[in-house]
Amino acid sequence: MSNGAVAEPVRDPGLQPERTRLAWRRTTLSGTVAAVLAMKTALHGRVSVVGIVVCALCFGLWLGFLALAHRRIRVLAASAEPTALAPRHATATVLFTVALAACGAALVF
Amino acid sequence: MHVIEFVRNARLWFAPQQIRREGGTPDYRFSLANERTFLAWLRTALALIGGGFAVDQFLPDLRWGWRVGLALALLAAGVLCSLRAVNHWVRCERAMRRGEDLPVSRFPAVLSIVVAIVAVAMVVVVLVGWEG
Repeated sequence: MSNGAVAEPVRDPGLQPERTRLAWRRTTLSGTVAAVLAMKTALHGRVSVVGIVVCALCFGLWLGFLALAHRRIRVLAASAEPTALAPRHATATVLFTVALAACGAALVF
Repeated sequence: MHVIEFVRNARLWFAPQQIRREGGTPDYRFSLANERTFLAWLRTALALIGGGFAVDQFLPDLRWGWRVGLALALLAAGVLCSLRAVNHWVRCERAMRRGEDLPVSRFPAVLSIVVAIVAVAMVVVVLVGWEG
């Protein structure tokens, strides 16, 4: 009986890669909420050139964040024992966050 | 002291090979747990930034100074939180590679006390606002 069993891929019982993948998803959701609020602020009241430019900038930042998250999620999904996050990758996500906050500071004034 | 160490760590943020040269590679599960902690702090930072935008948008009756001040404070807290997130992640990753104890931090306590103070201030503002 047992010799007919198909060898299953090794799976971490703690589901660490899956949990990490979902953590990235949650983070992109938080980023989406922040970006939507930023774009609402940018287009509030009279529509101006500056408002449209900042809105496009926030959208670009959101896209960049999404692309980084997607890249990491693909790495996590591809192997049972994924490699650790690269510092450059982590720094890039933080820089997108900081840039969003900088846009906010510019808009609030 | 803290600032100097922060700047020294900041070079590591961009140099993956420099971290990889130190010590041995830890169990991938520990690295993933560290990554999730980093992401949780990043979400906290994004929530603070979103809160800054929300204060600016949804409290139009607030006086200009209060509104802008509160929004900027929340945005600044978000920036601080995200920079600290990546810094703490690098420090944890390096400690794990070297087999040292994980770094301890006062930041969570400071952040929670600040949030508590702001919450109490908001309660007072709401109560006084209703009476006046």
